[in-house]
Amino acid sequence: MIQEFRKVWKQYAITMLWLLGLLWPLLGIHPDGTLSFEKTVTVWSYILAGTFVCLVIYIINSSGHLKIFTDPVVGTTRKFSGIAQAMPSWIWLSVLFVCAVVYPLLTGRYATDVAINVLLYICLGLGLNVVVGLAGMLDLGYIAFYGVGAYTYAILNVNYGLAFWFCLPFSAFFACIAGCIVGYPTLRMRGDYLAIVTLGFGEIVRIILNNWMTLTNGPNGILGVKPIGILIPVMENGFTFEIFWVKKLEFFYYFALALAIVAIIAVKRLNFSRIGRAWESIREDETAAELMGVNTFNYKLLAYAMGAIFAGLAGALFAARMRFVSPESFTFLESVMVLCMVVLGGMGSIPGIILGVIALIALPEVFRELESYRMLVFGSTMVIMMLFRPAGLIPAKRVGMRSEERE
Amino acid sequence: MDRTLRLTYKKCEKIYMDSFIQQLINGITLGGIYALIALGYTMVYGVIQLINFAHGEFFAAGGYVGVICLSFFTGLGYMETHPVFCLTASFILAMGYCAYLAVGVEKIAYKPLRKEARLAVLLSALGVSIFLSNGLMLTQGVYDKAYPSELFQGGFHFGNVTIGYLQILIVSLTAILLVALNLLVFKTKIGMAMRATAQDKTMSALVAIGSNRIISLTFAIGAGLAAAAGIMVGLYYGSVRYDMGFVPGIKAFSAAVLGGIGNITGAMLGGLIIGMVEIFGAGYISGEYKDVFAFIILIAVLYFKPTGIMGENIDDTRV
Repeated sequence: MIQEFRKVWKQYAITMLWLLGLLWPLLGIHPDGTLSFEKTVTVWSYILAGTFVCLVIYIINSSGHLKIFTDPVVGTTRKFSGIAQAMPSWIWLSVLFVCAVVYPLLTGRYATDVAINVLLYICLGLGLNVVVGLAGMLDLGYIAFYGVGAYTYAILNVNYGLAFWFCLPFSAFFACIAGCIVGYPTLRMRGDYLAIVTLGFGEIVRIILNNWMTLTNGPNGILGVKPIGILIPVMENGFTFEIFWVKKLEFFYYFALALAIVAIIAVKRLNFSRIGRAWESIREDETAAELMGVNTFNYKLLAYAMGAIFAGLAGALFAARMRFVSPESFTFLESVMVLCMVVLGGMGSIPGIILGVIALIALPEVFRELESYRMLVFGSTMVIMMLFRPAGLIPAKRVGMRSEERE
Repeated sequence: MDRTLRLTYKKCEKIYMDSFIQQLINGITLGGIYALIALGYTMVYGVIQLINFAHGEFFAAGGYVGVICLSFFTGLGYMETHPVFCLTASFILAMGYCAYLAVGVEKIAYKPLRKEARLAVLLSALGVSIFLSNGLMLTQGVYDKAYPSELFQGGFHFGNVTIGYLQILIVSLTAILLVALNLLVFKTKIGMAMRATAQDKTMSALVAIGSNRIISLTFAIGAGLAAAAGIMVGLYYGSVRYDMGFVPGIKAFSAAVLGGIGNITGAMLGGLIIGMVEIFGAGYISGEYKDVFAFIILIAVLYFKPTGIMGENIDDTRV
């Protein structure tokens, strides 16, 4: 076992020595002119122990010694998935749906709050999935559209007193316009330019939100955004309607759930439509797609606008829930978080993204005390996923056959 | 009456002129710093066609190692006795550290993905960038870290125009580094090997140029230049912060695109232009939106002339 993996061990040893050399100047040189080694060695040995365990598990697993443990697990999951596939899928979906509906009734306020977060991020993740997963363009300023949607609702509501349902299409529309504005000049470029231009665009939007005092109230944000109002019939003195403000989190949860379901259905339908196939062909080979008659520029712009629309809708809901918007909610790190969810779950795969969102929103809630390591974990997750499992936790299913599979 | 008006006008004109020259000097200083960062982007892009998102973090790491070394020397008391030695040593150590960091990052996170789709490497680079900036935060703290402030106070005064000693140091050091890089790339054998690898990896491998070694070298040189820029920024603004690499990183990338990505002379020119535009934009248009100008230039260049000022043509195969 040692012999087989000699190369892996050697690389591991070199990497760890490299890391030690990297850590020491940061931790061991002090401004009072002294040098120390204890802290560096302590930190380093924690990292060493952690990675060592992971590596040993990885090696045992890939050399097949872990089969005793994994075989029963794989067997049961296979059995279960056999049963699951035998039943029509609508049964499972309705079970899931019922679970989602009764969830806020069974859990507390805090759990509902986390669940709303998960649902909003599912909508964001699915929107980003259209851009990154289906059309294969890296968008690093995605949260800007979320911000545009949220601010559209907040401004229209606070300044003009317009209702949520009236503003919702406007939020989507302005986000879409913003998407076209940034997409139009850059989509002629190759993907990597798009990444950095969207990054810049995200920053521009944040800077504008921060500095345009008359419209956005700058860094103070906009207070007093009205929650969602719905008309409910009242039977008391005659048949009249009354506005019901959705202030309680349990009620709000259902709106977020509705939005997430709409997003899931829409992205699924898009994925398996002519448009979705065009996007996938662009992702795989743009030149070939163009040759086959796909208008690549229009489809890329469409993907971009479509992603922005989902973000705009989620943004309006976010503003209605927080009843406060400020530029701090729309930083680059938020974009990265959404991207990390998509990458972790599997680009182009809807169940994967849902899993990714749950993993990255719910798990940090469990490990509250490790809060400051969160972004560190996100960054390394992205690298590790790309190195070892680029298709994500639940890889996307492909329709039809691909040329390299035909042999 | 008429005479006083004319005198006032002349006075105003002189003030405007002075302020213009002052802005020009500040612009050259900042532009030189951007040029140093932009070179790393452009060289790495030239060799492996990757936007190295982590480059801004190399720059920040350089700034941190610089402040660590300088405060260490100050603590030992060498700073008063041998300031030149301390500064040189700090620069060399920071550049070496970042080169070491960059070579390792390339080996771990980029090299295994060289044959994969471009999106995979980009995401990996982004992950490295987040990892590094948060690693800096965890080891060095969330707050600004101040540079030893007694360094290079004062400057030459010409009327209302001031040229700080620090500005002279930054500009001359930048010039030295740029000339050295030009000599390395265009006059030596290693430089020739780098250019060959950038043009055609297979062909250069056939004439016995190890592309892995050249790629490592490119990363090392780019990160070293970024580290030098990091110390300069730290000295110039007086402090460093863990997330300081982000915005200068995008601006330097804009500079690289403006000059024509993959083109070394172009990156230098682009850096100067971006620095000037930022300073003049902040001075004459709006200080709050100073970060926006570089992005607008980036989008405009991509739209009207994607090859940049000096670039020849961009397609999937060339540098």
